[in-house]
Amino acid sequence: MRAWLYLLAAAIAGAIVTTPALFVLILLGGSFNDALVASLATLMLTAGIAVVTMRDIIRCGLAMIVCFCALAGLYVTLGAPMVAAAQVIVYIGAISVLILFAIMLTQDKVAPSRLVFQTQAAPAAVAAIIVAVLVSVAAAGTNWGAMGEHVRIATNDLANLLFEQYTLAFEAVSVLLLAAVIGGVFLAKREKDQSA
Amino acid sequence: MGIADQLNTYLTLSGMLFSIGTFGFLARRNAISMLMSIELMLNAVNLSIVAFGAFVPSLQGQGAVIALMVMAVAAAEATVGLAIVIAIFRNRKTPLVDEYDAMRR
Repeated sequence: MRAWLYLLAAAIAGAIVTTPALFVLILLGGSFNDALVASLATLMLTAGIAVVTMRDIIRCGLAMIVCFCALAGLYVTLGAPMVAAAQVIVYIGAISVLILFAIMLTQDKVAPSRLVFQTQAAPAAVAAIIVAVLVSVAAAGTNWGAMGEHVRIATNDLANLLFEQYTLAFEAVSVLLLAAVIGGVFLAKREKDQSA
Repeated sequence: MGIADQLNTYLTLSGMLFSIGTFGFLARRNAISMLMSIELMLNAVNLSIVAFGAFVPSLQGQGAVIALMVMAVAAAEATVGLAIVIAIFRNRKTPLVDEYDAMRR
């Protein structure tokens, strides 16, 4: 039965998410917040690896949604609830749906059975691991100066900052989005002139 | 100090997500997979920006503003990128980037 396989997969996924939380909570003696961060981080990295390695591209898109949800949870624990809300609305609500539609428009029947990776996949993996190690070493070895208490950013302050100090950037982004909408429609609709 | 109260945790996490995106961009054959990997990399950068905004006192609030701007630019990038992929797919009937070889022949 396929249902058993799905139940098994759900159990394995639950174990992957809860094990680091229990590890941090019991063995390292961390707080509840630490356990939450550990479990969200594990979920994010697992879903990210699933995005780049899974064979069926529609499942890659769904794993990307899981990755973005975990990232929104990390923004909440970092004390930026407005950014988390924008992440859910923009990334999960708009960009992921756009990508899923593009997958459905460009899928052919034989696509999942073909080779997923290019020939340079092994050097790419080595390069990615080197990047991860370098960033971790650099982040651990740098003195970032005076660290403050990790404070929650009030949405009111954020609104004042966005609409008083950064109004020009806000308007420039709105013009950029308009240009992107027009460009997208132009690029995706051009084929009628050439079809003759 | 727990792992949730250190900047290094979030920076390391961001570096790992960025390297996952790098691997996907370099290794996948499907053009839409490559765009998804670019989204992963943009999100990794956003995570580190928000972490700096939360921990460095002089950046209080600015980090969130920059993150919102990055999200808007990422939305624009996704729109144009997917439109280009769909336009190429109409002509070449394949989403695989190693079969886009018209300029090499």
